[in-house]
Parts: sequence; C-alpha cells; structure tokens
Amino acid sequence: MNLTYSEEQKMLKESVERFIADAYVGRDGAPAFDAAMWKQFADLGWLSLLAPEGAGGLGAGAVESGIVMEAFGRGLVGEPFMTSVVLCGDLIASLGTPAQQEHLLGKLGAGELKFGFAHEESRRFAPLPVACKATRAGAGWRLDGAKPFALDAAEADVILVVARLAGDAASRQGLGVFLVPRDARGLKVETFPRLGGGSGARLKLEGVELGADARLGDDAADALDRAEDKATAALCCEALGVMQAVLEKTVEYAKTRVQFERPLAANQVVRHRLADMAIACEEARSLSLRACLLADADAPARMRAVSGAKTKIARHARFVAEQAVQLHGGMGVTEELDIGRYLKRIVAFEALFGDSGFHLARRAAAETLVA
Amino acid sequence: MDFQFTESERAFQKEVRDFLDANLKPELRRAHSLTPSVFDDPATTRPWQKILNAKGWVAPAWPSEYGGCGFSPAERWIFATEFARAGAPNLSPMGLQMVGPVIMKFGTPEQKAYYLPRILSGDDYWCQGYSEPGSGSDLASLKTRARREGDHYIVNGSKIWTTHAHHANMMFALLRTSDEGRKQDGISFVLIDMKSPGISIRPILTIGGDHEVNQVFFDDVRVPVSNRIGEEGKGWTYGKYLLEFERGGGVASARMRAMLRECEEIARRTGTLTEDLARRIADVDIDIDSMETTELRVMSALSSGQNPGAVSSLIKLRMSEIHQAVTRVGVDALGLDALVVEPRRPFYALNEPTLLTEDELVVTPEYLNGRAFTIFGGTSEVQRDIIAKAMLGL
Repeated sequence: MNLTYSEEQKMLKESVERFIADAYVGRDGAPAFDAAMWKQFADLGWLSLLAPEGAGGLGAGAVESGIVMEAFGRGLVGEPFMTSVVLCGDLIASLGTPAQQEHLLGKLGAGELKFGFAHEESRRFAPLPVACKATRAGAGWRLDGAKPFALDAAEADVILVVARLAGDAASRQGLGVFLVPRDARGLKVETFPRLGGGSGARLKLEGVELGADARLGDDAADALDRAEDKATAALCCEALGVMQAVLEKTVEYAKTRVQFERPLAANQVVRHRLADMAIACEEARSLSLRACLLADADAPARMRAVSGAKTKIARHARFVAEQAVQLHGGMGVTEELDIGRYLKRIVAFEALFGDSGFHLARRAAAETLVA
Repeated sequence: MDFQFTESERAFQKEVRDFLDANLKPELRRAHSLTPSVFDDPATTRPWQKILNAKGWVAPAWPSEYGGCGFSPAERWIFATEFARAGAPNLSPMGLQMVGPVIMKFGTPEQKAYYLPRILSGDDYWCQGYSEPGSGSDLASLKTRARREGDHYIVNGSKIWTTHAHHANMMFALLRTSDEGRKQDGISFVLIDMKSPGISIRPILTIGGDHEVNQVFFDDVRVPVSNRIGEEGKGWTYGKYLLEFERGGGVASARMRAMLRECEEIARRTGTLTEDLARRIADVDIDIDSMETTELRVMSALSSGQNPGAVSSLIKLRMSEIHQAVTRVGVDALGLDALVVEPRRPFYALNEPTLLTEDELVVTPEYLNGRAFTIFGGTSEVQRDIIAKAMLGL
C-alpha cells in the first residue's frame, strides 16, 4: 500500500501544472475551446494518455487522468479533455473493434478528431430512459430521436450518441453507441456556451443515416456506466483543482485585505471558515483519489467509490466556492476576479453525470449490491 | 392576539388587488420577472412609478405630509405583500427608501421642498455613494474627500458598487470632510449632481452577466455646499439612519414565496421534482413562514407604538440567506439546463426565441447574482456582529 505518486506520475503532474500555470492561470473571459491549445495537448501526449498501448496510447489510468484534470480545474481549461479523452476514449476502447480503436484513438491522440457525447434524455442526468432509436437501414443504421444536453458537441467532429437497438425506453438492455459525424444529414445541433466552460447542445436526429461501421457496440449499458464513472472521477479531480485554487486565493485575500485596521484573517469567524474550506479540500482529495483508484474495479466497488466521491465533493465544492465568493466580498460577485468563474465551474460539476442526490441514492443502492 | 386582518384591513387588501389587476400591465410584470439582477431597470420602473404616482401610491412608508401614503404598518405590510404576489416591479429604493427618509429627517425646508416631490415623481433617479474600494464592511474608513473652497466642496476619490450610477442623475454620498478626531466624525452627507464635470463611471459586470453596479470616479468635482444634508461632520449619523432602512423594515417574505413557487413549478413541469427536491422546497418554505411571521411581529410592534429593536438586522441576514436557498432550489429544479448560458441582456428585450423558457432564463443568473445578498448592505459576518451586540449585549 502506497498512496504517493510514482516518479512518472510526479513528472506528469509537474509538466501539466507548469503548462497550465503558463498558459491558463489568470486568463480573462469564459473558458472556451482553443484549437491551438488542443494541438499542444496532442503534442504533449495528453490526448493519447489513456488509450491502450495496443492502440498507440500510453495506457495510463484514472489516477493519471485525475492528475491532468486537477490541473485543468485550477486553470479553468475549456477544452473537452474529459468528454473526448476520458469519456469517449474509454467507450471506444471498451466497445470498439481493434480497427475502430486504432483508427479513432489514433486520430484522437493526434488531435485530429474530437468527440462530443450525447446520452441522457431527461432534464436531470439519468442513464435511463433512452428512447432515441437506432434501426437498420440497408447495410448501415438510421437514428431518430432527441438529446437535450449533448456535451461539447459544438467543437466535435464526431458525436457519440447513445441509441436504442431494442427494448423499451427504460430497459438497460439493447443500448448501442453510435458515431455520428457532426455534419451528418438529418442531425440538427443547437449549441450553447456551457456554464463554467465548454459547450453544450440540443440534438435532434431525424433520419440520420450512418454506415455499417458507425456502431461502437451493442448492449453498451455496462460500458456506459464504466465510462461515465471514469468521467465522474475525472470531474471530481477537476473540482478538487478548482477548490484548491479558490482556497489559496481566498487565504491570500484574507491575509491582505484590511478592514477595521486588521486583515480579514484576524477575525476568528474568517479563520474558522477558511479552516473548514481547507478540510473540505482535503476530503475532496481523498475521495477523488479513491474514486480514481477504484475506477477500473468491478461495478459495485467502483460505483460505491465514484458515487460516494461525487455526492460529497459536490457539497464540499459548493461550500468552498460559495464561501470564496463571500469572503472576497463584492469583488467576488463580479467578472473582474476569476472567483466567480470557478464558482460557475462548480455549479456545472454538480449537475454533470448526476447531482449529489442522484449519487447518494446510487451509492445507497450499491450497498445492497455488495450485501 | 389575532392572526387575522381586520375587516378594514381586508378591504384595503382588496383595494390593492383590484388596483393591481387593473393597472399592472403584463409587459411590466414580464419585464420584472425577466430581470435577474437585484434591481429593475428604470425602463421598467419609470412607467410603473408614473402609474403609482397618479394614484398617490409611490411611497407607502412616507408620512402623508410629504406626499406619502400615510399607511399604517399593517397596510404597508399588505401593500408590499400584494405587490410582490402580483409580480410588480420594485421601484428603485435609492430615492424612496434611502435618501428620502434622510432628507425628511435632517434636510432643510428648501431641500425637502425641492427633492422630495422629485423623488415621488421619479424626476430624480438616485444612486448611493457609500462603499469605496478600500472601505466595504469598514465603511467609516472611507477616503473620498470633499475639500471646502468657498461655497463649494471639491470632491476627489472613488465610490464602488454604485447601483445604477449609469442611470442616475443624482447621488447621495458619504464624503470625508475632516481627518480630525474619530474617523466617523469627519464624514459629511452630500448630494451630488451626476452631470457635474469630473465624474466618470466604469461599469462592473456581475457574475450573473448583468450590468447593474459601477465604480464612480471623482476628479475635482465641484459640489455646492448647500447640497450638504445637516451638519458638516455628522454624515455618519445620517448614513447609519439610512442603513437601517436599507437593511430592514421591508417585506421580503412574499417575494421569496413567489420565487419559490416559480421554482417548484419549473421542477414539476420539467420532471426534476424528486422527493429530495420536494423536501428541500418544504424546508425553505418553512424558513419563509418564519420570516413572514417575524415581519408580522415587527409590524404589530410598530402598530402598537413599540420599537421592534434589533430585529431589522436579523431580517436582512435571514432574508439574504433564504433568497440564496430559493435561487439554489431554482438551479436544481432546472437540472442540466441550469448550465445553458444566455449571455444577451436585457432578457425582456430579446425578441428571438431562446433555448430556455422565460421563467427558466433567469434562474442561474439569479443564483449567481444572489451571492451578493449576503454581502451588500452589511455582510452576514457584520450582521452577526450587530446581532450579538444589539440583541445580546455582547
């Protein structure tokens, strides 16, 4: 047992943190996609970090993607690393044929293909129901349905769309994942800036015709659970980066802002608040690490770790981000500081892949799976 | 003790309802509901103020000798509650609730005769020059200086968080006229024409995406000494008198209740009303019950000639916390759609269709802008100090 980073992990951490400090920290404006940055991610090997070695990747795991995501949180990175690399990359690796893996993960690693992701069909994240329908059309496929919240579809070249091959909308069986080109005929994409960074889109699929090789796999429910758990673990690490960044900024501000002839931090109520924020950060570090360490475990153990992390970190992160705003006073509520941008990232984190209530219920259900 | 309004109070309630039914035009109601910032725009409040002024209902809290409604405390409560329930725009408080009462209590007869009718008619639009970049919670440390030069003050410095400075033609400001003695003793309360040469305004965008507050700079701005309220060096006393109005005395529960009901409606419609969310809504609803009852206790104390005491600090503190809880319920009721960003403003002027419905559009900006509620008008940390002193004698 040793929960310290290996030499390779330390090197990755240092290089990502250095890059983020130079290229991202202190930027103005809402985090958005920057093609030049994406190219640099490719050159640095981050876009092939998680792909299996057999598919030209580095074969790294959730701890490594967590290291990257933590730094990305601090830098409020707007590029779709989580969606493209962690989530879609994992689906391609687990569902794709060797040929699909080599082609798609190769292109992803080189920065030549970016993926968007469209699964849930309700307002609140839920893996089911999925009513979007996939039917045979000649040798290929035809997709019909709607996805109200597709991740990072605006910049994507290909969107991974979850569609139903068989069964009713509530069934776990009969789900497939399809590769839908962003410019496919019959696909309507209404994009919007996503709170905290990145983009979202409403998709309408009306008779979208796809080739025979557009299907990544059938009975994809387990693979989707696993990929979304990995994405959730990665987002927990990103939230940790956000929390740590705003804690440091708030401590610094409380030490230097003087009111009533003393620094804010001289007030016990402020010191205790900061101490509680620090405790929340440490707990987020432990729980996000635990989620990463168990991201490849069997379903019950993985679900317990990931849902446990998400439900607690969502609450801790909101506390830390809201109190960071509070302790920065009026300035915290303006676009002039980045504190508000960090808060928005946390609001988004809470909602993506299930809010705190969703994951508490899922964790409770996982307990019975174990017993 | 009687938990019912009297017959005459109920008759008044009906009169207010009938008036709102007849006069609150749908476009004004819509503009108010589509405003996620703390204050409604003058484009919304001006026409509404005109309608209210014609009825003599602009200033429910003012005595009738100054053109107020002369309402009893109970009537004021009913009036505010009915307006909130109807979704009426909030008139700008800077004139009516802030500088107005100060002029009434401390102004000269000439100042009263000139300014008070202009506040009622809306001819003057006021902004508040209190906070400075270095003086927030510690307001008395303010540094914007008014140097005497004959019949004028020469003003230099900067004010911040100036709501609607970009709309206002007048500002009431706390300015430093002396460095002698306690820092509170060198402050004067001065009215400044916003068109004076040397004033510049820098907009500050809030995290909800709205332009509501500003920083105002003064560069050798000449202000007639006759624009001072009361005595030189007594501004702190007048300013504190005003803050009591800013912090309390209002009726907040009805508006909170209306907002909470809207969130519940969104959750019901979009299918996000889980058992978890339903319980949280009930929990916030109880807090609003408590706030409403506290307001009624204050109203009853005032009606029977008692001083409600430190409870106004409690109302500001709890109102701000409940407001934030309500807006958070809204975000959760929207689910993933809370992340849909609509950067265009103002919402009420958008003509093209948007991805979200109108009641959904304001939810996330209201949550984000709402973080300011526990900061402005005295932070929650300061309010708790005040409560410890005033209620507990600590």
